Amino acid sequence: MNLSPLPLSAPRVRVDVPPWRLSGVVVSALLNHRLQLAALGDAALRAPYKALPNAPVLAVQPRNALAADGDEVPAGTDGLDVGATLGIVIGRVACRVPAAEALAHVAGYLVANDLSAPIPGDTPHYRPGARFKVRDRSCPLGSVVVPAGAVADPDALAVRVWIDGALAQATDTGERVRGVAQLIADVSEFMTLNPGDVLLLGVSHGGPRALAGQTVSVEIDGVGRLTNRLVQEADHEGSAA
Amino acid sequence: MKTARVAYAGAIHTAFEHDLGSAKGLRLADGRVVAEDQVVWLPPFEVGSVIALGLNYADHLKELSKELTVTSKDEPLVFLKTPGAVIGHRGQTRRPRGVAFMHYECELAVVIGRTARHVARADAMAHVAGYTVCNDYAIRDYLENWYRPNLRVKNRDGGTVLGPWFVPAEDVADPHALGLRTLVNGQVTQQGTTAHMVNDIPALIEYLSAFMTLQAGDVILTGTPEGVVNVNEGDEVVTEIDGIGRLVNTIVGDDLFGR
Repeated sequence: MNLSPLPLSAPRVRVDVPPWRLSGVVVSALLNHRLQLAALGDAALRAPYKALPNAPVLAVQPRNALAADGDEVPAGTDGLDVGATLGIVIGRVACRVPAAEALAHVAGYLVANDLSAPIPGDTPHYRPGARFKVRDRSCPLGSVVVPAGAVADPDALAVRVWIDGALAQATDTGERVRGVAQLIADVSEFMTLNPGDVLLLGVSHGGPRALAGQTVSVEIDGVGRLTNRLVQEADHEGSAA
Repeated sequence: MKTARVAYAGAIHTAFEHDLGSAKGLRLADGRVVAEDQVVWLPPFEVGSVIALGLNYADHLKELSKELTVTSKDEPLVFLKTPGAVIGHRGQTRRPRGVAFMHYECELAVVIGRTARHVARADAMAHVAGYTVCNDYAIRDYLENWYRPNLRVKNRDGGTVLGPWFVPAEDVADPHALGLRTLVNGQVTQQGTTAHMVNDIPALIEYLSAFMTLQAGDVILTGTPEGVVNVNEGDEVVTEIDGIGRLVNTIVGDDLFGR
């Protein structure tokens, strides 16, 4: 039996700088925008959370979740929350990198959309919520990696989300709990990041929701634009192979 | 026939069991016969997505019940891992200086053999290629209540050990009737049976494939029974599952890593 992994959709990304291609490893920072934690208020200090996060809050994007610019993204009847985020493409192996040296380990940046289904209940941040967060093609990556040298300050980039051509969110990459350099430092303390790995800086508070049939574009100044149409996921009732 | 992936003499090989009489050996696919300690054991298949289950044994749930707000009636607790966490048989796992509670978890690892999307329970086992043993370490000192178990607990470099063998599904009569155990320095510290999974293998494949497409090479780590205890630098940790394999790992300290 052939057990080689299937090709990823991510290599459709064009990388003009070393390492020339993505590894397929994509890790998202969650709750990395200060306003997200502020919006939780005292709830962050109560059960089950009991305290603000100490280490970076992270989630793995498995290969089924990866998609490319232009891919259709299946959505349920509740739609998907749009997660516009900067993607940090690692260029040099990073293990225990101090923040002051972290940016030298970045090959470049891309646009990503970390879409997730709304998690029901009062404590959506307690459990991983894989069913809502690692749906097929729910993490499209932009088609171009912009070399790090072409981005003056990755922590101060304007970010816009358009739904069916209408501006739905205007935010930026600032006000993070951990900016790009600190995030690389704190993640690489326990997980080595390799060339072609992608760290997602994390979405801003208040991302809009999009429904099946709508087209979502994420734009980051100086990095690019990523457009995906949401489609109603097929009804598989009774169609199991 | 069960297979291993090993590095030997400058290349990666598929290898098979080979009886050397006095010792266990390996026969590489190219015909060379070597002793098992002459090779570097890699995870026994090319690892795709690593999908782990928390709290999937009734007895382990009971063991942790004081600190949990979950019951076995809840939805399966699924978390993902990255390939950087994975190492092979006879590897080393780092125990950071100063932590109080680092423990192993002996788990049956189920390797997917063909694409599975919206697979019903009755059809699920046809999507299994085979099995291996997993020792999925956790460092509980780092546990936080945000998307737990958080990656700093569960997705550390070298913290997920797989191997030694990939055992094809046809060689395993009943994957839900296998004894598992962990030995720390030769002492049995954990014992259980895969019969006690809360969600069995077909249930997990049905559940997962309802929202994510499983692909050949993806692996489901099906959880661990009760009996997790702290391990220390220098400990030899053996996780074994009857008919699947005996996976050896050594706990090492920060010094080896220049920390």
